[in-house]
Amino acid sequence: MDKVKKLTKMKLFLPIFSMILVMMINVIYDIASGNPPFGFFSISINNGILYGRLIDILNRGSEVAILAIGMTLVVSASAGTDISVGSVMSLSGGMCCMLLAGYGVTNVSNYAVPLWVGMLAGIAIACVCGLFNGFLVAYMNIQPMVATLILWSAGRAIGLLLCNSNIVYVRVPSFQFFGGYCGIIPTPIIIAAVCVAIASVALKSTALGTYIQSVGINKRASRISGFNSAKIILLCYVICGLCAGIAGLVATCRIYSADTNNIGLNMELDAILAVALGGNSLGGGKFNLAGSIIGAYTIQAITTTLYALGVSSAQAPVFKAIVVILIVVIQSQPVKDYFKKLSAKKAVAKEVA
Amino acid sequence: MKKKLVGALMCVAMTATMLAGCGSSSEPAAAPAPAEPAAAPAQTQAAAPAETTPAEAPAETQAAAEPAASGEAIKVGFAQVGHESDWRAANTKNYQDTFSAANGYELSFVDCDNDHAVQIETVRGFIEQELDYICIAPIQSAGWDTVLQEAQDAGIPVLIVDRAVDADASLYTTALGCDMVAEGEAAGNWLAEYLNGEDANILVIEGSVGASATLGRTEGFNNIVAQNSNWTVLDSQSGDFTQAGGQEVMESFIKSYSDFNVVVCQNDNEAYGAMDAMDAAGITYGTDGDVIIISFDATHDGLQYTLDGKITCNVECNPLQAGFAEGVIKKLEAGESVDAWTLVEDEAFVSPGIESSYAVTMSQEVLDGRAY
Repeated sequence: MDKVKKLTKMKLFLPIFSMILVMMINVIYDIASGNPPFGFFSISINNGILYGRLIDILNRGSEVAILAIGMTLVVSASAGTDISVGSVMSLSGGMCCMLLAGYGVTNVSNYAVPLWVGMLAGIAIACVCGLFNGFLVAYMNIQPMVATLILWSAGRAIGLLLCNSNIVYVRVPSFQFFGGYCGIIPTPIIIAAVCVAIASVALKSTALGTYIQSVGINKRASRISGFNSAKIILLCYVICGLCAGIAGLVATCRIYSADTNNIGLNMELDAILAVALGGNSLGGGKFNLAGSIIGAYTIQAITTTLYALGVSSAQAPVFKAIVVILIVVIQSQPVKDYFKKLSAKKAVAKEVA
Repeated sequence: MKKKLVGALMCVAMTATMLAGCGSSSEPAAAPAPAEPAAAPAQTQAAAPAETTPAEAPAETQAAAEPAASGEAIKVGFAQVGHESDWRAANTKNYQDTFSAANGYELSFVDCDNDHAVQIETVRGFIEQELDYICIAPIQSAGWDTVLQEAQDAGIPVLIVDRAVDADASLYTTALGCDMVAEGEAAGNWLAEYLNGEDANILVIEGSVGASATLGRTEGFNNIVAQNSNWTVLDSQSGDFTQAGGQEVMESFIKSYSDFNVVVCQNDNEAYGAMDAMDAAGITYGTDGDVIIISFDATHDGLQYTLDGKITCNVECNPLQAGFAEGVIKKLEAGESVDAWTLVEDEAFVSPGIESSYAVTMSQEVLDGRAY
């Protein structure tokens, strides 16, 4: 009993529980339709690569997971969201492909500049976007949603200008590698894993995580205690931009083209949802990075589940909404309080007996 | 202090870039043309009429002379869907070339980025600017009644181009575009002829939910499926007309269904994604493979795949529609009545080695002869 209690008190319990809940839908569906009950979870090696729905979830969820890192920090430090990340993804991809193909060219099979120059430029422009957002929020005291609204609309437009409003294809194997397979594992999974590892080590081994939370809880008090609050907020937005840049390159390499109109479309909403599903308060302050990452993969798990169930595309958004409502309600304070009360009553009853 | 200065400069630089960005998309598309060398526009103009039917060519040259004499350019507003695919880019360019300043038009081109609300506002803007004609390529078919009524009250003729709207036909002047249902039926008819009585297990990657291309192509194809009792549509999911969408849906299909021999992608970009997914899973497709891919749009890259024997059948949706729109505007200018519906003709293409009564067999000459 104590063990169960300990488990349910863990910070990550609810996010993980929600994810398992989503996966269970598939088990129930498989049993009901007479398939092996754990068919959804089977992983095999097919045609020389890892193959299975869990791999799809990890692979397709990479972009949102990378975005969720930056979004978590931004939410924590500034009690606001960066809604420009989807557009910045598109801008970074557009910048990279424009350099690799040359301006105005729509289809190449050779690089115009070395690969690393294109990639670095894509990430650099995303960081500049982060710097711009951060400057407006931290130094101009503009509300985060309003400040990032500017690049939300302009980022994609600048990307389109760079690509001359075309879809720019870069058909070079070493470019496709970053959206394809590294040995038997999809490369995006590795990139996401590396990003998450670096972020968690940086936050754990330095005082940065503590600084961010402290600024998020009380900006003024932090400043008086000697932190440069504005600088820390600026840094969070730059990290968020960096993450958006990396996610944009992953999405671009997947389709070996800068489809500026569609890359990262509405993905800012998924990133914010991931943070919320991870049990983080959108009011800032304390954050839980692992929760956000689990949240990101939960969102992808819902999408993959809907495909697996064959829910028609017109009805899919409704199902998605229902699942999200359930998860959010489970994690809400009143429901938590209710369960706490329930277990307290039980304890009292035991004592009386 | 120095850091603050750098920050401020950064801010100014970004704002400047943004203003530049907004400017070029909302300004009349014809504006940059005069800056180019005189030879270049002349070339594009010469190419554009060649695509339209020969009967229209003289009308166009006449029109070019007309406004030059009166000195009054015809103001046309075009609320384009976005630039989600190569097809759309070809369509946009065709409009920009046809309604150029040299042809006596002033085109206000707005790219609505696949946002329905933006498009409605764009059309309102056109009405306020009192343009002579408004062309709308509707993103969604629903929700147009109010703004069309406003245009009618303002006395501006509205041309619904490319896609259809769910509004009373009296609210707009005319509609023109491809018949999406006929495209779906063409694909189905070709498949029936090609399979010659064999069973078909079909997977469909649909376009964006609710788009008229999606609805029409689905309806047309399903009409033919209903006529063939040994055809089964195993599943149908939306890939949002994008390569990434097509890839993700196909990845899932491969895991759900082991036994399929036909994949129908409702545009070329989805087909590229589906091919990537099948490559990764080691499934062969095309004329030498196990799976038949049918695609729509027939863009240049798409037809290259048809020529290579990868996309077995590719049904065209002709993007060179501006000539048809111009024809309608000419008639209206001359005070003539116009038909409620103008059909833009489509063709279907199949891989080399296949003869069909419904489609043209692809060859390098056919590909080179294409305008886009």
